Amino acid sequence: MLFKFKRLCAGPILAFSAACASALLLASAPAGAQTVTAVMQSGLRVTDPILTTAYITRNHGYMIYDTLFGMDSHFKIHPQMVGKWSVSDDKKTYTFTLRDGLKWHDGAPVTSADCIASIKRWAQKDTTGQVLMTIVADMKAVDDKTFQVILKKPTSLLLEGLAKVSSRPAFMMPKRIADTPASQPIKEFIGSGPFKFVASEYKPGLRVVYEKNKDYVPRSEPASWTAGGKVVHVDKVEWVTMPDQITAANALLNGEIDYIEQVPFDLLPMLKGRDNVKVEVLDKLGNWTYYRFNHLQAPFDNKLVRQAAMYAIGQEDVLKAMVGNPEYYKTCAAVFGCGTPFASSYGKDEVIQSNIKKAKELLKKAHYDGAPVVIMHPTDIALASVQPVVIASALRKAGFNVKLKTMDWQTLVSLRDSQKPVSEGGWSIFCSYSILAASGDPFNNTTIASNGKKAWAGWPDVPEIESLRRKFAFATDMAERKAITARIQKLAIDEGVIGPLGQFVVPAAYSTKLSGVLSSPVTVFWNMKKAK
Amino acid sequence: MLSYIARRLLATIPVIIMVAVVVFAILRLTPGDPAAILAGDDATSAQLAQIRQSMGLDQPIYLQFIHWVGQLLHGDLGVSLLSGTSVAGMIAHRMGPSFALAVGTIIVTLIIALPLGIIAAWKQGKLLDRAIMSFSVFGFSVPTFVVAYLLIYLFSIGLDWLPVQGYKPLSAGFWPFAERLILPVLALSAIYIALIARITRSSIIEVMGEDFIRTARAKGVKENVVLIHHALRNAAVPIITIIGIGVASLISGVVVTETVFNLPGLGRLVVEAVLARDYPVIQGLILLFSLIYILINLVVDVLYAVFDPRIRY
Repeated sequence: MLFKFKRLCAGPILAFSAACASALLLASAPAGAQTVTAVMQSGLRVTDPILTTAYITRNHGYMIYDTLFGMDSHFKIHPQMVGKWSVSDDKKTYTFTLRDGLKWHDGAPVTSADCIASIKRWAQKDTTGQVLMTIVADMKAVDDKTFQVILKKPTSLLLEGLAKVSSRPAFMMPKRIADTPASQPIKEFIGSGPFKFVASEYKPGLRVVYEKNKDYVPRSEPASWTAGGKVVHVDKVEWVTMPDQITAANALLNGEIDYIEQVPFDLLPMLKGRDNVKVEVLDKLGNWTYYRFNHLQAPFDNKLVRQAAMYAIGQEDVLKAMVGNPEYYKTCAAVFGCGTPFASSYGKDEVIQSNIKKAKELLKKAHYDGAPVVIMHPTDIALASVQPVVIASALRKAGFNVKLKTMDWQTLVSLRDSQKPVSEGGWSIFCSYSILAASGDPFNNTTIASNGKKAWAGWPDVPEIESLRRKFAFATDMAERKAITARIQKLAIDEGVIGPLGQFVVPAAYSTKLSGVLSSPVTVFWNMKKAK
Repeated sequence: MLSYIARRLLATIPVIIMVAVVVFAILRLTPGDPAAILAGDDATSAQLAQIRQSMGLDQPIYLQFIHWVGQLLHGDLGVSLLSGTSVAGMIAHRMGPSFALAVGTIIVTLIIALPLGIIAAWKQGKLLDRAIMSFSVFGFSVPTFVVAYLLIYLFSIGLDWLPVQGYKPLSAGFWPFAERLILPVLALSAIYIALIARITRSSIIEVMGEDFIRTARAKGVKENVVLIHHALRNAAVPIITIIGIGVASLISGVVVTETVFNLPGLGRLVVEAVLARDYPVIQGLILLFSLIYILINLVVDVLYAVFDPRIRY
């Protein structure tokens, strides 16, 4: 009987086992020697870097597009696609001449008309670009490689906008693509950057492949941030998406991938100290996290209540819970970030340490009546899920009537647009974070805009900030700009426009086979070499 | 039988229509905004409104529904709101990993679970039965992701035999395809082996008490023939039911396994689409899953008749 049972059942088991065993004996196929496989922070789904501010799309932009100017690690602006440039004595006419040898990925030369069309599309969406266009009188091509931008008034915003590091950088595209309305996504992905997009291998949200642009002529200067020579040493770069970061860490340890853009803090012990992996903070400027009041609705329509909350919330408590290891965070009161040219320490006594006693005093003075405070609590994004819990605890200690409303990030994004009172489904506080490279001045930092209902969610209405932002646009002297931003810092803290929660950096991890990995606030793959 | 199959296939049409209406309505009533994903985090209300308009999301819901149904009637599932790629193409691309994982899991499960269930029934109350049932309880109790990480730790990190993650289609070669499926299939099989072994055991035990088994034994039929030919065949109906449910849920709902092993399957696509509120993708997937469930139920019903001649439609 047993014999027949074996004949019936053991056969397939043996066949399966034999297939597995014989398969195990075969050597696995080696990966392409000059392909860098990277796990990025999220999957690329939106491929138009002008349409969206998503960081993954911005990084995709840097792979395939180039910019007229770049910025180095000292915040200094350098020409990138531009070869020569000059400005008239009255500082109102800028003349740019493109470098020799610039070509689109389809082989056509880059022309002045392409660049003008690209600037126009970028300026429709970008915050700096939108202000800039109110100052630009005309943009005209002098010849195929030279064009002029004529300003109504002198401003530094032109070069700063064109060299903008983070969302949205002013990427150059062929005119036929740049003529796409700014509210519609582009359909063709032709740039002049150091890598070419391999459309046939693109799987939205899963995999993107870039190949070296052999026609790219890099600058001769050393690479620094988005400036200098973008020299490509590998044949291909492949971005893969891994929803589980433990899997990504295991894959890096196992040599299946070369690079993880952001390692969650709790997984660092898995990777630190391993012979084949290097853990390094590449974006040394890092991120800042903050909370935002709803200025339109009670109780935070009252300035004293906002100040009470700011005294109650302590940065150290938030950062400890969110990051844990002090190696990767620091407290900072500056709304333009510590380590940036416009850093200011005003307000540190209010926002860094929690001061419950002072908060209670202010609440009493404000005649707070126990109006509910609804804090939106997204649970699906690790770097935004901790702050609301710590804030809620601090506010409760101070005497606020707090309700944490749990949701996913998408629901938060949708609800935060609602200007309704809490009783009708509105909100009081939400938290978020941004990279500092995109928050370092009054135009890049959208949280500072204080033009009431036209401002970002929270809708602070502080006319003096708006007037200072306009002044900043025309201030070309650094000392004057610092004075303006210092005043904005004071107003932002005093009026509770934004509540800074401190800064943090997120380390990357990569195989020791890689060398020449650049430090930069945006992830770049030029200069990188891979040992065979 | 053929007319029964035809009737059942026709009956899928109203079910699919109902699913389409319900899914469309639920999605539009759920908070969330695909325009916000497209625009990025710091978009103002005016910019969001502009994008909603370009996507057609500012239209009344009934107009959006009519537009979608119009597309469906032309066999078009639409395009992803985020990537602009066709939903049918995205689903087709993600079918491979899910299908391979489901088929692999079912094969491994049947190869292991049926013999275990039969042996346990045959040795009812003995040590072997208890051992198999203990294993079954373990299979139920340990979450799939724990089994998955243990397998990765042992076979990938420890022994370096198999890759941690990823998927290669069969067109890339048998071994690249198989080596990436072995661990996910083993991880996922644990729970199905436990389930099907238990069902097989209890079904066979129930049948073993029937008169025809006693008659067969009295006629001197050998025990293995009694077990396999008489008992298992008559115990097949509940086993097939469980296998059918398993196949359907394997194709549509193995998100954790796909996530841990980085398999780009349909389960992950659902989660990604829901988190991004990519309405056309979610709608297309739910329709597909409904269809899969209906067809698998039909196959299961037909198999009932094959295994049990008393069942006629």
